[in-house]
Amino acid sequence: MPSNIVPHFDISAKKKWKLFDFKELVKYKDLLYFFVLRDITVLYKQTVLGMLWAILNPVMSMVIFSVIFGGLAKIDSDGIPYPIFSYAAVLPWTYFSQSMSGATSSLVGNAHLLTKVYFPRILIPLTPIFSKLMDFTIAFSILLVMMFVYNISPTWNVLFLPLLMILMILTALGIGMWLSSLAIQYRDVRFAIGFFTSMLMYAAPVVFPASLVAEKFGETAYLLYGLYPMVGVIEGFRSSLLGFNPMPWNLIGMGSISAIILFFSGALHFKKTEKIFADVA
Amino acid sequence: MSNIAISSDKLSKAYLIGLKDEVHDTLAGAISSWMKFPFKNYRTLKRLNTFKNAEEREDYFWALKDVSFEINHGEVLGIIGHNGAGKSTLLKILCRITEPTSGKARVYGRIASLLEVGTGFNVELTGRENVYLSGTILGMTKKEIDKKFDEIIEFSGIEKFIDTQAKKYSNGMRIRLAFAIAASIETEIMVIDEVLNIGDADFQRKSIAKIESLAKQGRTVLFVSHNLSAIKAICTRAIQLNHGKLIREGEVSKVVSVYLSSFAKEHTVHKYDMETAPSSEYAKLIKAELKFDDTKNDHLKAGDPFEFEFVFYNMMKEEHILDVVFQLKDELDNIVFIGSSLDNNYVKVSEGYFKWTCKVPADFMNQGSYSLHKFYLIKNKTDVIFEQREVLSFEIMYSFDLRIGNVGRKEGIVKPKLDWNLLSGENAGK
Repeated sequence: MPSNIVPHFDISAKKKWKLFDFKELVKYKDLLYFFVLRDITVLYKQTVLGMLWAILNPVMSMVIFSVIFGGLAKIDSDGIPYPIFSYAAVLPWTYFSQSMSGATSSLVGNAHLLTKVYFPRILIPLTPIFSKLMDFTIAFSILLVMMFVYNISPTWNVLFLPLLMILMILTALGIGMWLSSLAIQYRDVRFAIGFFTSMLMYAAPVVFPASLVAEKFGETAYLLYGLYPMVGVIEGFRSSLLGFNPMPWNLIGMGSISAIILFFSGALHFKKTEKIFADVA
Repeated sequence: MSNIAISSDKLSKAYLIGLKDEVHDTLAGAISSWMKFPFKNYRTLKRLNTFKNAEEREDYFWALKDVSFEINHGEVLGIIGHNGAGKSTLLKILCRITEPTSGKARVYGRIASLLEVGTGFNVELTGRENVYLSGTILGMTKKEIDKKFDEIIEFSGIEKFIDTQAKKYSNGMRIRLAFAIAASIETEIMVIDEVLNIGDADFQRKSIAKIESLAKQGRTVLFVSHNLSAIKAICTRAIQLNHGKLIREGEVSKVVSVYLSSFAKEHTVHKYDMETAPSSEYAKLIKAELKFDDTKNDHLKAGDPFEFEFVFYNMMKEEHILDVVFQLKDELDNIVFIGSSLDNNYVKVSEGYFKWTCKVPADFMNQGSYSLHKFYLIKNKTDVIFEQREVLSFEIMYSFDLRIGNVGRKEGIVKPKLDWNLLSGENAGK
């Protein structure tokens, strides 16, 4: 058979059950790099403030939350000064919401590529997941400035920060894979993503502490609340960086379970539908 | 030892086509269908990716049906057929852009697709950034592009502007750079779709030469084009698709000439009888035909004279001025010219049969695909009494021309032979 002479591949309508073709992903790693570079280069082109927007957005949210929820509504913030209490949450939240909505609209936005050339489709929703890390890093510097101003030093738990980031990336990618592959077939998703995101924001402990849930609804509700991965991520950020509370391992553990489920089910759905992207795009 | 590059076994692809929406004549019916429409929409959208029982359903359209063929390494295969014959669908399946509904294919070697010039080009980025982005999208690695970079820039001829944002480029510069990137790919198999339809004549010549040189290096090329002259010049073998089926396969000049003769029969004559003729309240079109001297060639060549013949029945009883008007378009949708019988036949007519002929002179038309896009009868210069679209379509083939050499299509919508005179000596200086 000639099949062992040159590399070859088969084309058919059969189902393939390999969730990720890592060999192929390695082959296309340069493409992912240039996709991410494109996103970062193009994002702030033709703006006056440029990269400053990466700081302005979360800072403005923090100011608004501090005035309304910290100042007017006087929401309890576990004894942490409200501005830094909310900024420590706004920081992961901004990354999460932007990369999630970026991933969701990515396939529709790159439809012209899907119909013209082959490459692993997963690279497209992966791109915002990586490119938004840039904004995250810039915005992170402001948190460091605020910690200096409020004279707060991080605890040893800061070493767990990468773990929290992985949890946050996994969740964003999981939801992103679900929604992007749904959005290309059902364009309704594009209209729903706006309120879906703000719903998720108010469900997350961004403007209030997670302890409020335990206080109002009891310990079981608090644990179940942890199934929403961003709860563990946000409370984890606050604990590790600001050190007012112990690390909420129970929340992080609960969140990890659902993040892993979201990630694998999202990957499965993406894999199942990717063969029709070019037909419905 | 077998030398197969691609073997395709009964590849088929079905698409869902929209069925007509239901129309309701009662308010209750309209309301109930309005209430149900999310469910109906959902079912339609969901069906976009399921093809159960596609065979039996009337709302599926087979873009490709049971196409089997083999290509050897080093072969240059031309794929021809009318619009909608399934050419692009076949290429998309072989490039793994879309999956077949049934059937299978095996591809030996790396395959690169060039279905469009400039895929992934981003005008916000500089030329240099675009070389890397476009190159990796087409399947190259950064290392490969690094190695090829100077060659790409040289071929594109835009060295000076390589660090300028692509949005400041002219259209031609973008096309040249994009093609240079694509041309630098070094895969065993290249799939090329209609890319020669863009750019100026110089660019087209350069790209045909590039494809020819790829073929000479022993690369396997699949080439789709409406430019039959280019197909004949480049390809060794050709297949013809018609309504999704492979209907002919063989040596390129044979397949092309059979295709052309079938084309000629199908679209250069439309003849109807009185009952079925396209008709308006005032007139019927009985026949429209393109006629040319077919004793020497079985198809029309650039520079040949030809004529259009229109036969129609006029039902207007009272005497009036009648203008027979048509619009001739080329494959790029340019209007080549508008023909009008008022040019030299200012006569009054009334009810009865009429046959008009209109001569197109020699040494005037260029090669290409043309269509008689619109046909009108106009009464008293103001009222359109008959209108018909796409009355005829035809192909004018390339003809070897000593004056410009064997370089494919000459630039320009028409190719007239102009009357040149030379005066030399003392008198010329005055």
